Amino acid sequence: MSLDIWMRENPLTYVWIGSYAVALIIFVVEIAMVIHKRKITLQQVRLMRDAGVEG
Amino acid sequence: MAINWFKYSAPTTFYGLAGKLIPWFAIFAAILFAIGLYIGFFVAPVDAQQGEFYRIIFIHVPASILSMFLYMIMAGYAALGLIFNTRLSAMMASAIAPTGALFALISLWTGALWGKPMWGAWWMWDARMTSELILLFLYLGFIALHASIDDPRRADRAAALLAIVGSVNVPIIYFSVKWWNTLHQGATIKFGGTSMHVAMQQSLFIMMLACWLYAIAVVLARVRSIILERERNTTWINDLQEVRS
Repeated sequence: MSLDIWMRENPLTYVWIGSYAVALIIFVVEIAMVIHKRKITLQQVRLMRDAGVEG
Repeated sequence: MAINWFKYSAPTTFYGLAGKLIPWFAIFAAILFAIGLYIGFFVAPVDAQQGEFYRIIFIHVPASILSMFLYMIMAGYAALGLIFNTRLSAMMASAIAPTGALFALISLWTGALWGKPMWGAWWMWDARMTSELILLFLYLGFIALHASIDDPRRADRAAALLAIVGSVNVPIIYFSVKWWNTLHQGATIKFGGTSMHVAMQQSLFIMMLACWLYAIAVVLARVRSIILERERNTTWINDLQEVRS
């Protein structure tokens, strides 16, 4: 079955999966990236501080 | 009681304030997304011409509007940083860019998905779509330029210039449907009123608010990491509870 026919037979599934699920994935990836960035930045700051204390 | 807003323009005070605000913005964004989607899919009626496909509007329009507004806010912060040399402004501009780029991407993606059943094509080199694509490239250019310069202050200045020059694209996106004969439809919601069903308007408004709150929460979370990174040699950063633990 071609995509054209499928989307016309299942418009809500097309809208949900194509738009909202993709937007949700993008939001989840962005949130994960922000959390990861915070984690590694905190690690870097702690390492710098420890290196400074030892120096 | 008057609040001294200038106090929060310093990274030292803004860092703590942002930390307190993030959970509230995130919680309200999640609640509003749920309400907006419920109204959009279960209350709003089917469109007479477009059928169920029109429901892409509830993510497409907020994402498009946010991509433009975030760019203007980013350019505004970048200009403030360039003119007044304020540290937090440049950090805010850097924090906004990835979120703005993702909203531009969502706008283009959902637009393509809407275009296929309505126009029979995923993509057309239409003025509105092309200018939105240029907006995505401007965001990516800002991020790439900033990342390519080692000295953060020099990177801020170079990226700020790009952001300011690129801001000319935002009115072009907005007015493109008026200035040129485009395939993309004109504005549905105007100052003079709208022909949309009230449930569609409610869903659109709630989804727009949810996207705004989400964007603010994510930008605040990102700017806190940028502040940590840039101010890591200061004593106030080393005195923070999360750094000491």
